[in-house]
This record gives sequence, C-alpha cells and structure tokens, in this order.
Amino acid sequence: MQKVNSPADVAKMRDYCQAAFARRKLRFLVCAGTGCIAGGSLEVYEEFKRVISERGIDINVDLLFEGQESEAGTVTSGCHGFCQMGPLVRVEPMGTFYTKVKAKDVEEIVTATMDENTVVERLLYEKDDGSHATTELDVPFYNRQQRIVLGGCGTIDAEDIREYFAVDGFKALATILQDLSPEQVIEIVKDSGLRGRGGGGFPAGRKWEAGRNAKATPKYVVCNGDEGDPGAFMDRSVLEANPQSVIEGMTIAAYAIGAEFGVVYVRAEYPLAVVRLLKAIEQAKEYGVLGDNIMGTGFNFDIEVFQGAGAFVCGESTALTLSIEGKRGMPRVAPRPRTTEVGLYDKPTLLNNVKSFAYVPDIIREGAEWFKGIGTESSSGTAVFALTGNIVNAGLIEVPMGIKLREIIYDIGGGIPKGGTFKAVQTGGPSGGCLPESLLDTPIDYDSLDEAGSIMGSGGMVVMDERTCMVDVARYFLNFTEEESCGQCVPCRLGTKQLLEILNDICAGKGKKQDIDLLIELSHSIHGGSVCGLGQTAANPVLTTLRYFKDEYEAHINDKCCPARVCKDLISFRINEDKCKGCTLCARACPVSAISGEKKEVHVIDQGLCIQCGVCMEKCPNKFSAVDCVSPKIPVPAKEKTEVPA
Amino acid sequence: MSKVTITIDGLQISADQGMTVLEAAQANGLYIPNLCNHPDLKPAGLCRVCVVKMDDWKIAISCKQPVKDGMVISTEDPEVQQIRKNTVELIVADHPMTCLTCEADGKCELQRVAHYVGITPEGLNRYRRKVRAIPIDRSNPFFDVDHSKCILCGICVRTCDELQNINAIDYAQRGVASFISTLGAKPIADSRCESCGECVVRCPVAALAPKGAQEPMREVKSICAYCGVGCGVMLGVRGQKVVSVQGDRDNPVNKGSLCVKGRFGYKFINHPERLKTPLIKKNGKLEEATWDEALELVADKFSKSKGDKFAALASARITNEDNYLIQKFTRAVMGTNNIDHCARL
Repeated sequence: MQKVNSPADVAKMRDYCQAAFARRKLRFLVCAGTGCIAGGSLEVYEEFKRVISERGIDINVDLLFEGQESEAGTVTSGCHGFCQMGPLVRVEPMGTFYTKVKAKDVEEIVTATMDENTVVERLLYEKDDGSHATTELDVPFYNRQQRIVLGGCGTIDAEDIREYFAVDGFKALATILQDLSPEQVIEIVKDSGLRGRGGGGFPAGRKWEAGRNAKATPKYVVCNGDEGDPGAFMDRSVLEANPQSVIEGMTIAAYAIGAEFGVVYVRAEYPLAVVRLLKAIEQAKEYGVLGDNIMGTGFNFDIEVFQGAGAFVCGESTALTLSIEGKRGMPRVAPRPRTTEVGLYDKPTLLNNVKSFAYVPDIIREGAEWFKGIGTESSSGTAVFALTGNIVNAGLIEVPMGIKLREIIYDIGGGIPKGGTFKAVQTGGPSGGCLPESLLDTPIDYDSLDEAGSIMGSGGMVVMDERTCMVDVARYFLNFTEEESCGQCVPCRLGTKQLLEILNDICAGKGKKQDIDLLIELSHSIHGGSVCGLGQTAANPVLTTLRYFKDEYEAHINDKCCPARVCKDLISFRINEDKCKGCTLCARACPVSAISGEKKEVHVIDQGLCIQCGVCMEKCPNKFSAVDCVSPKIPVPAKEKTEVPA
Repeated sequence: MSKVTITIDGLQISADQGMTVLEAAQANGLYIPNLCNHPDLKPAGLCRVCVVKMDDWKIAISCKQPVKDGMVISTEDPEVQQIRKNTVELIVADHPMTCLTCEADGKCELQRVAHYVGITPEGLNRYRRKVRAIPIDRSNPFFDVDHSKCILCGICVRTCDELQNINAIDYAQRGVASFISTLGAKPIADSRCESCGECVVRCPVAALAPKGAQEPMREVKSICAYCGVGCGVMLGVRGQKVVSVQGDRDNPVNKGSLCVKGRFGYKFINHPERLKTPLIKKNGKLEEATWDEALELVADKFSKSKGDKFAALASARITNEDNYLIQKFTRAVMGTNNIDHCARL
C-alpha cells in the first residue's frame, strides 16, 4: 500500500502498517535525539545492526510486509526525553528500558533478550530505594508525566512515516477533510482551550478564527520553530522525534483558515530537525497526505522549511515573518495589524509554535472535552519543559498544567544532586523570572506564573542550588538579552546594556547604594517603553531576583560579599592551617603558581597572585577539605600586589 | 476630511481623521517630545520618547497612534514621565558631552528633549556612561559621519529609502552593536550614496554634519542656478559671502529638497577664479570682454554659418522655455534641424 487516495484509506493504511509491525517479534529502539547522539547513540545503533545481522537476521527490513517475518529489528527513534541517562535503548514489545548504554553493552543486551529472556540489570534505571525499573513506566521521571505531544517521541521512528500511520497518524486530518467544515474545526480548537505554546499563551482557537475571517488571499500557515531560550529544546525534540504531528497539525490549520502554503521556520542550529522535517515532508507528499489534492479531496497544502540565521528576536512573530521575506528581523512597531491580518508578505498569516500545532491532531482525534479535561480551567492540556540545571534527572518532560513546581523538581526531576539545597527555579528563559523555595507550590499555568513575576514561556526550566549567585544569574540573562536585542528601540537597546553594566559592576564589587533603585526604575521603564516582547520582558530576571533575593544584591553592594561564593572579584581561596596536610596537590595544580609550601607542611595561597579559579579547592582531597572559599575578599597587602613572579 | 476631537492633557483639540496623536498635537501648537519622528517621513515609533498615556490606562506611542474621536491623552501621567525620562537619560548617558563644539548645538533635538524632560547631573551620574568609540567617517567631501553621536533614530535610513529611493544606508549588527551602515560597512564615499544631503539636514543630532558649516547672518531666498528644475533655495549669507544653502520648504518645485550640487556646490559663488565676464580669444589668449562685445561677435559668426553646417546642442542647465527658444532659433533663424539636447544621450 503506497498512497492514501481518500480519507477512508487512512484507516486501511494504519492497519496495514500495524500488521507489518506485528510481524516483527522484537524491536530495539535506540534514542537518536541530539543529546543521546552526543552521548554516542549512533555507535550503539550501528553495533545493534552488526550484532543482529551476525545472527543472520536481515535488519535492513525494518518494516516487514506480507509474507515476511523477522526475529528482531533495530531503529533509531526520536528523543525519549531522559537525556541525563542517555543513550537510551528500549526493547519492544516488552518495553525494557536501558539507560547509559554503550556500544560494548549491545552484545549483552541482545543475548539477554533473544537467548536468555532476561534483562541486563546493571543497565536498568536504579530507583532511590535501590531497586531497578524494568520499563519506563517504573521510572519516576516518566510515571508522573502525561505525554501527548511527546507521546510519539521515543516510540516511533521519525524518519519513517509508516510508523506514524500505525499510531493513528493522519487520522485527524482524514476526519476533518471528510466530515468537518473549517468552522467546525476552529470550534473544536476553541472548545479545547488550547493556548499558544510559544510562551504568550494566546488562545489558539481565537487566532485561527481571526485567520479564517481575514479577507485577503493567499493566506499562510507558519510554524515557529525558532526556539532560542538558553537551555530549552522542546521544539527541537518534537521536530526531531515526531515531525509528522507538526505537519498534520499545520495541514489541519491550513484547512481551517483556507491556506495553501505553509512555512516551518527552524533554527539552522537544529540540523537534525531540518533533515527529519524535510524527510517527513517528502514522505507525506509521497503518501498523498500533503501537497496537491490531499487524500484525493482536492485540498492542496504545501510546506517549505526555512532556516533561521540565529537571531533570537526572530522568534517574535512579526520579526519572523520579515525574516522569511529576507528582510532584517525586527519586530513591527505597535499599533500594528495582527499577523492574522497582515503577516508574511503582508498577507493573513496563522503563526503558531511547533507544540501548538503538534497538539492539534490529538485534540481532533480525542475531542475538545478530552483536552479540556487535562490541566486547569484557564490553562488546559499539558506543558512541556526542558528541565535542566542543578537537578538529578535533567531532560524533556510533559506534565499536565496545574502541577506544582515542587512535584516537577522533586518527584520527576529527583531533586537537587549531591545533597545540595534548592535555591531557585527559573522558568520562561530570558523573559522569565527566578522563583524561590517559598513559591514551589505555585501551580504551573499561564496565570499563576505571571502573578509570581515569571512567565510560562516556551518551556525552559532551570533549577538552581545554593551555589548559584542570583545577581550572577540576572547578569547572565541580561547578557543574553543585551546581545539579542534587535537594537531598533531605545529602552531595549540601551536599557539592557545599562542594566548589564550595573550588574557587572555589582558582581565586581563596584556596586553603588542607589543601584538597586536604579535597577528597579529602569526595569519598569524598559518594560513600559519597549517595542516588543523581548524588551518588555528583558528585565524580568532582574525584577524577580530583586524581589526574592534582594539580600544577595545588598550583600554584594554593601558588604562586597557574594553569599554563594560565585563572583570572582568578591571571593578568595584560603588554606585552613589545621586541615592542610601538605600533600602538594593544590600547589602543583595551581595555574599561576600562587600556592607555596613544602611537602607535609601547611600551604599558603598568595592572594596577590591568585586568580580565583578554584582548582586548589577541587584538587584538595575530600578527606582533608582544607581549602575554603571566603567572601568578602581577603585584602591583599599593597606590596604583594606589585610582585610579579620571575 | 472629517474632523475628530481629542483631549490632550485636559485640552480639547480638533484633528483630522487619519492623523496621529503627535501630528494632531503639533498641528495645534502643542509640543510632545520626540526624536525619531520627521514630518516628511512615515512614523517609525523607535525612540519611544513621544510616549503618552491613552484613555487613562494604555501606554501608546503618539507618533504611531491614530487619533480617534473622544480619545483622552495624557503626556504628563507619572508612568509616562518616568518612561520618557529614563529613555532620554539612557540616550544622553550614551552620548558625547561635547555640546559647545558640536555642529548641532542650539538646534539639536536631543538637547531640546533633554531640556524638556529635565535631565540633571545627579540623575545622569547614576548611569554607567560610555560613548561608543567609532572613528568619524570623513570620506565624503561634503559631510562627516560621526557614529558616536548617532542615536539610531533611523531618520537618515528612512529618508534615503522613502524620499530618495537610494537605500545607501541601513541598520547593521544588532543590539548595542547596531549602527547605521553602508553596504559592507564601506566608507560612505565608496557606497551608492549620492551625497544629496537630505539625511544630513534631517539628522536630529550631529551624527551627520556638513563639513565646515557656518551659521549664516541672514538668509536670502533664491533659485538654484544649476539646472532647469528651478529648486527654491535659501542662501545663508555672512557679510558678502554665501556660507550655506537650505532647500526652500515653501517652494512648490522642490518642497525643501535639494541635490548634491544645489546643497553643497555653493563655494563657486565666492571663488576667486569664478568667471564674471565673457571671455573672447584674441591672439590665442582669452581676454575679458563686455556682454555686448560677446553677443555681437556671436551674432556675426552665426550669420555666416546658416544652414546645415550649423548645429546646436541644448543643455539641461537651462529652463524648458530657454530650450524651446534654442530649437526655435536653430530651426527658424539658422534654418536647420541640427538641434539636440544633452539629456537625450
């Protein structure tokens, strides 16, 4: 079966593909998300292919059609999300879930699975109580999640559209083409309460309706995959793992608003996503679910992939459309018509985030009520987060809206590693804010996070422990926004620069008493005066850290002390005379030869030479722990300052 | 055009439908501080200095906001004042403090705005002040480009695009690194810039400043002598010397616009080598003569050369009427059709 010629064919195609899969008794799914590939998953995949082919099984036939049967096959899949434990391998149909798999482990896995019918225990995930989780469902990281857009991630081969057909892919598109009018589709999206997942949270149904009502033609559907928040990789994972769901969602949107052409705007830094998306588009056209005369219904919709050149501001909808047109990516200045009226090439354009489109097939298939039943009253459905930072289980998670930050960090994320204590969690990337321990019971939804001073954003979530300096964090994000500001409006261009310079000074111990007031004053003016969302939210990291961690700012300014011992200009390293055993490890490691001392005698750091790199502290054996980091700085006697080693 | 009534700071004013709030205010003699706005150009809304509060809750940019009947605008709302002040302080903190030696001193829009919002040394000293150190581009013979004074209002970019259709300059880089650049960041003289100077006259500061400009003592209304278009000019005069040329905004021909010759090519007027009388070649040497002598000589020689051995080439530097007369003279008096015009080439 090679083509879908009518909406009714989709069900036949599904049965055909499912039957083909059923003929394969075993399947090894090797995660091929960017994280796991960096961890060596492609070598693992090659090793699987080699080991299985040695057994005389033809592994090139990864889908077995009538008349063929196979013992085992291996495929690459999209990101499973649990990047911390990668490379990940899943054995189907049992669902055995292996973590941190190396190429040398492959032989053992294949033997255990195919010959001994056992599992390789040492590669299973070890739970807190020491027991092993055999399948993903046993792993706390997964079992608290509810995966919808990530549902296909890690279970299907992103490079083979037939796998998508087998899990009811394109059924939603077939349904609407056959049974529903564009207005009915929009009604379903409206009823579902889906809000834009790019960060703004604008109700998707209302946007679609505005797109439908726009008079001018042609109309365009644009998918925003210009994910740029530091540490965020949700859109990338969806595009890499399940590009078909995005294509289906966009096609449904095109039908709803009456568009015939779509563009996916992907960052050029996501080469794998681009490759898989292009492959998926090509396959979708081959199978008659994209392009001219989709499913024989006479509806045409084509998608092109546009690679962005790396400007963060191009994630803003109006800058994005200008960028596609080949112009400088600068947001249009309000008051301006909505993108649904005047967008790409000044024509009505429906622009949604990757995840927003990826939800749509599920919503059409399962119904608006089902989606509304997940999450909270005002924020329905699930939220996808890229959980990173000082957390045990870093990775990609999908949780129902309304879940508390505490549940994400402790139950799914496994808490802070190495016995550290939680200090803050940053959501929403450079536009978001840092929330302290006292707000960990804040439910995750658009409005609650907004109230707390942060934002939902597109889904970055960075957890920070007590070794994080909050002034330094604010500085980090301001450094980002200052560089990424497009430069057209004054408050954003010069305001972020000013904030950054003040924060630089505070971190360098040159902060002035009135700086805190100036930071607040400027932050509000930048918020009120900037052209676009980038500038309007750029000061959020400053405002939230000032709101919840003002004491740290005051310590930096008044006492020249960095309580987290991070800011180099405010800390000194010192060797504790009572603890130092004179092992010389630190002295040998010091890159600037600032440590002196004979063997078995107490060592001393020359504060005038020390560059605060911290290597001595790292090198000092744990049993001694003789190096302390102190703040404020130990004063350097004037004469020592001028001494230069020969 | 239908009229609407809006209220600005308690004052009811009448405005044309389609005007922006800023245009309405200006038409009624009210000043709303602004930097990136220019009446000849489409509003950009980038400097954010003309910020106002609309209907008691919404921050709006008056140069972009269209008027609506019954609209209530406040320019002195505390939030608006704060944003405006911080914005101007940010620009000034980034700007060289060389006002007294600056070409724009006294007519600088930034000075005017800073004065209006009330910048104080104490307020300014809270900021980290750094001026961008970019060398002045002196490549153009008529004007200098000083990026350290540039406030990136974009008026020059829009002038070059909207009025001149040359597009010699645009924004380059992004964020604080952004600057107005030619293609490939070449010196302005090596770009496609035609040196018309339209951007120079519109620059609100002195990022674009004419070379060696002098303030005139008085201005004289005149017509540019360079070509047949007949642009109106205001010649700036000091003593007996022409020291500047401005386009005459009231002149219906050019409405203030000028080309490179009309604007910058005025030095010949007081040049010692300027020709002031006709010259007649006598014994292989050019000698000064009176107009009567010269015209007589020409008439004499022309009358000996009637018919097809005569040809006339007319010039674009004279008016349409004069061009008409030349062809009439050539055909009717000289009896030949050998008449052509330099603009045909």
